[in-house]
Amino acid sequence: MLGRTANGLFWMSRYLERAENTARLLDAGLRMALTRDIATAQDEWRSVIATSGQQSNYEAVNDAYDGMSVWNFILRDKANPANVREMFGAVRQNARTARTNISSEVWEAVNESWMELDKMLTRPVSQGAVGDVVAAIRRAGTRVHGTLDGSMLRNEAYHFARAGTFVERGESTARILDMKYYLLLPSLSYVGSSLDSGQWDQVLRSVAGASGYTWLNAGQIDARGIVEFLVLDDRFPRSLAFCRRALRTNLDALAKLHGNDHPCNSLMRDADDHISDLTVDAIFEQGLHEFLVDYTNRNAAIAEAIGQDFRFLS
Amino acid sequence: MYDANGQTRPAYDDYCNWYEKQDSQWLKRKNAEADESFRRTGITFNVYGDDDAEERLIPFDMVPRIITAREWRKLTRGIEQRVKALNSFLYDLYHRQEIIRAGRVPERLFRQNDAWLPHMVGFTPPGGIYTHIVGVDLVRTGPDDFFVLEDNARTPSGVSYMLENRETMMSMFPDLFTDVQVESVSNYPRRLARSLAACAPLATEGKPTVAVLTPGIYNSAYFEHAFLADQMGAELVEGGDLRVVNGRVQMRTTRGYKPIDVLYRRVDDDYLDPLTFEPDSVLGVPGIMDVYRAGGITIANAPGTGISDDKAIYSFMPEIVEFYTGEKPLLPNVETWRCADKDSLAYVLDNLSELVVKEVHGSGGYGMLIGPTASKREIAQFRKKLEASPENYIAQPTLSLSTCPIYTKKGLAPRHVDLRPFVLVSPNGIDITPGGLTRVALKEGSLVVNSSQGGGTKDTWVLKD
Repeated sequence: MLGRTANGLFWMSRYLERAENTARLLDAGLRMALTRDIATAQDEWRSVIATSGQQSNYEAVNDAYDGMSVWNFILRDKANPANVREMFGAVRQNARTARTNISSEVWEAVNESWMELDKMLTRPVSQGAVGDVVAAIRRAGTRVHGTLDGSMLRNEAYHFARAGTFVERGESTARILDMKYYLLLPSLSYVGSSLDSGQWDQVLRSVAGASGYTWLNAGQIDARGIVEFLVLDDRFPRSLAFCRRALRTNLDALAKLHGNDHPCNSLMRDADDHISDLTVDAIFEQGLHEFLVDYTNRNAAIAEAIGQDFRFLS
Repeated sequence: MYDANGQTRPAYDDYCNWYEKQDSQWLKRKNAEADESFRRTGITFNVYGDDDAEERLIPFDMVPRIITAREWRKLTRGIEQRVKALNSFLYDLYHRQEIIRAGRVPERLFRQNDAWLPHMVGFTPPGGIYTHIVGVDLVRTGPDDFFVLEDNARTPSGVSYMLENRETMMSMFPDLFTDVQVESVSNYPRRLARSLAACAPLATEGKPTVAVLTPGIYNSAYFEHAFLADQMGAELVEGGDLRVVNGRVQMRTTRGYKPIDVLYRRVDDDYLDPLTFEPDSVLGVPGIMDVYRAGGITIANAPGTGISDDKAIYSFMPEIVEFYTGEKPLLPNVETWRCADKDSLAYVLDNLSELVVKEVHGSGGYGMLIGPTASKREIAQFRKKLEASPENYIAQPTLSLSTCPIYTKKGLAPRHVDLRPFVLVSPNGIDITPGGLTRVALKEGSLVVNSSQGGGTKDTWVLKD
């Protein structure tokens, strides 16, 4: 397979995952804003923008953090280079680049999702419509994942696409956790103290983990439990441990197909060993923020190595 | 579909029986569905310089264009003869130029022609094949009268529509295909792959590696490039993926560089090699022409082939066919006046309102005058251009083209059509898939079928015996 095509598959998945995570973040923000007073709601919207990494771009074109401005900024504003509409354009563009290496079912899933969303996002999104948009984004993710799973050969193309998904998903979960860690710093200094359950509920929602957590922890919300769940619980498909294991599976499969290991495989093994040996206590001892920075750096290094090992660009 | 007396042509008998049994509301719904299905599968083309409509659909008309087995056999004989002559002509033009020595075509035709490549002089492409893929544009004026309107040997496009139009028809009207026996077109990509592989250069080791070279996702025909590569099981490459390594053109794969034996390029000659042609081109491969001349790769179609698309050369095709095959042409040209000749020019200037005048090097329906539908002012403006450089123009009569019905909200209505069959050439012979691209002028009375100017397409049926 061409290196450029592999790059297209990898980034098709990354952008799709990014769009989906952005939608979940927005969904959690919406829910929070509905249940809080105006001042708290504003804080919530600010943190949604901060988590997306677009604070300065947002403030350049908006005076206040109200829901309508935030979701339109996140979803479609050209002042936001990472708006969801652009992301879907990038998903489709990358899929087109790799058109000969994806099944027509995957292509149609991507193309139809793009058509639906692009239409929804041509005009500003009203309060009544934002829920539909979020649902459509999630549906798009589900559809593409489903067709990838159900119609693709387990060849290089498949593994590059899956690798992109887990690189992006791990990064997203780490970022959301890191953002909330800052906001809740005082309460974390008392490990085990009771928390603002609404805040953590939102974190869980934004990674689609609220009901999973409840099942596993019987509704007991505390910082330890949440960190354990989001970082170390490899039953949860958005936890850092899960993403790492899944990424490793796909990189191992690529090594097997190629008949040899690459530098990305050894970076991957180091990172995977590192996280599987960890305990929640060790994470708190190191500092959660420091741990997350380390995670993100390793993740980025692996992504970089994948691109070099498989000649994505040169 | 109907002859001059309003009778259904025999080719359409079975289709008409079927059509008359269908519910009109249901047909209306089906017509709307077709558009939606093309959008979903992404069969679109990009229009240059039109930002609002980056991707457009070529309108699809759901009434097929039907050709009988007998008509098709006759057509294929004529096409084979013409394509053989084209190849011999190109070989000759780049070697001894016998046809010019014999005084059958004038030397100026290629001497002042940008499409003629001096780099190809004295070089014989692998297998001696220049035109691996040809699209011959035909029009019809009567039951047995087909004329060649244009030869497309540079990079004929549109074959994906031949295939997708059929797929769409089969999924929309499955019962129709049990009522009417139609020749299949679906194996075209396999035939193409086989034909290209048969042209592999001597340097090939083992099974030839075929790749399709596209200018990229912003090219108007990208969909077709991707579609053909996918259907052939070939890599779809861009200039940036390719590099000359160890005397071969190689593509950058996830496992390193891998040699390509046959490159089906959808990039024009000018952009093929920045070291030989356009120095700024990023669409091609630096050094590919050297590899080509050393026998390290097959380029399809061969560089320098585009000269045979020239409309001034076209006007000599009857002579060309006779010169190389020793036979009278089976498929006639449309009568053509070369404005470079004084007498012809005088005639053309006197009859501008009756004629179609075309630029010699033009393509895609741009830069032409259609006398009968042009305004006085347009004719006057064109007259000036024509007088300034007559050698740049040819003129043809407007033929009383036969029509095909299209589906409209008010029922079936006749429109003008042309036909482009796709011809594959390899050392194993000439292979013509029974079908082709039928383009249709959707506007009432219009003669222009080009997709860039409001034309649409139809499924083309060749009936089984």
